Amino acid sequence: MASLLDRKKTAAQVVALARSDEKIAASALLKGIFTDFTELHGDQEGADDSAIIGGLAYLAEQPVTVIATNKGQTTEEKMQTHFGCPEPAGYRKALRLAKQAAKFNRPVICLVNTAGAYPGKSAEENGQGEAIARNLLELSTLPTPIISIIYGEGGSGGALALACGDRIWMLENSTYSVLSPEGFAAILWKDSSRAAEAAEVLQLTPEKLLQQKVIEGIIPESHSQRRLCRAIRKVIIAEMEQLQRLKPAELLEQRHLRFRKF
Amino acid sequence: MQLFDELKTLGQKHIKADKKASQKVPSGLWQACPKCHQSFYYKDLGQYKTCPNCHYGFRITARERLGWLTDHFEEMDSDLATTDPLNFPNYGKKLEKARHLTKLNDSVLTGKALINEQPVMLGIMDPYFIMGSLGTITGEKLTRLFEKALKEKLPVILCTASGGARMQEGIFSLMQMAKVSAAVKRHADAGLLYIAVLTDPTTGGVTASFAMQADITLAEPRALIGFAGKRVIEQTTFQRIPDDLQDAESVQHHGFVDQIVPREDLKEKLAWLLKFHQVKEVTHG
Repeated sequence: MASLLDRKKTAAQVVALARSDEKIAASALLKGIFTDFTELHGDQEGADDSAIIGGLAYLAEQPVTVIATNKGQTTEEKMQTHFGCPEPAGYRKALRLAKQAAKFNRPVICLVNTAGAYPGKSAEENGQGEAIARNLLELSTLPTPIISIIYGEGGSGGALALACGDRIWMLENSTYSVLSPEGFAAILWKDSSRAAEAAEVLQLTPEKLLQQKVIEGIIPESHSQRRLCRAIRKVIIAEMEQLQRLKPAELLEQRHLRFRKF
Repeated sequence: MQLFDELKTLGQKHIKADKKASQKVPSGLWQACPKCHQSFYYKDLGQYKTCPNCHYGFRITARERLGWLTDHFEEMDSDLATTDPLNFPNYGKKLEKARHLTKLNDSVLTGKALINEQPVMLGIMDPYFIMGSLGTITGEKLTRLFEKALKEKLPVILCTASGGARMQEGIFSLMQMAKVSAAVKRHADAGLLYIAVLTDPTTGGVTASFAMQADITLAEPRALIGFAGKRVIEQTTFQRIPDDLQDAESVQHHGFVDQIVPREDLKEKLAWLLKFHQVKEVTHG
């Protein structure tokens, strides 16, 4: 995978790399960053969505709650997770685990790679909008540090629902936008083939988003997954230590200002 | 095939006849309900612009709704203007047109209102302002509305109408969802009432944020309420979806709307709810 340091990439190239089959999988991240990950299933409201993996783990001996979107690796997994597009049950599971984390004073680490929340009949019926809305509402004052890493696609409200906390970092080959470039071109220009142009206009690259203060930083990618996990780990630990030093009221005030400025 | 040819010819004849007729008959006298497809003389829709057959509420501007919903209104933040953060081509012209059409600075009208003499902070989204899309100014006006309500300990009523995020403002539009949500939460945590009235259409990022965060969620009959657009669902899942999947009635059936209120009854219903929440404690005996 090409590194940011090699040469300047176009926005369309970043989109392609973010979606590439070579992109590190959620399972590899869980193994590479954390120790002793143990999965917790279900939203306890009647469903378990495999597009979101949640559970408990240690990070530098500190207990944390991990929530990761999952695109799946086999064809069967990909179908089951709708290629990493969560159903409402996924967002409800995420919120349940985040609240549990706050109860036990554990930081929440979100690993995000999704084209967006799943647009389907069942998702509509089960309240996709309500599920995302509830996350945005509740997480805005959840009294524990929330750190998100966007490691591939950060698609719209479906990504925001897991990236509305205290710190957001992106891998260099990842994107974060209000809509996919194809959808954007289709809506605004009635021509989805102008996706490359749309990617540029959307300003969805980590560099642009850093300038706009939407994210806190960029993590360089390398061919070695081990090195990549080490780099992500380092960032999360540093951010976690900073955030844990804050009193709950300070933490929440900073989180509030982080979004109030837009 | 011959049948189709005949139909085509008939169709063309019909268009020719219509052309002449349109010079004599002014347009807009007959309006078709987009839900039940019946046509009505425009005066039959009445001051509330509702379908006499299925009670669907036609899309109306924020100022038109304001006219029959409130007794008194002090507008807020009508001077804010977007900075066009992406420098989006032709966005300026689009805004200009929308402002002219709706007499608003962006897609929501906000202010302090009286409804049957009860004070409330009121927001009304305008489906005619770039489809009521959520821009930075929309988000800012809504955030300030909830902040002012918190300061003055007042309830908030929000009539939503939106196609979702404002594409021309990219990620800044998305950030409004988090910003407004945080303001709703602070207002809620102070024990204050928030009522959402979902009108046609309420979709996308608005459904996925403040439209679905109210204490009490009302909806107008047959209003379109959903997250993803019908075309997106069909193209993603290769399934045809029923026409009424995102009708207010279906959304209520699945448990996300408290009550469907015809437009004619909306003011009285809101007044009742406002009054109900003012009664704090009753001493018996």
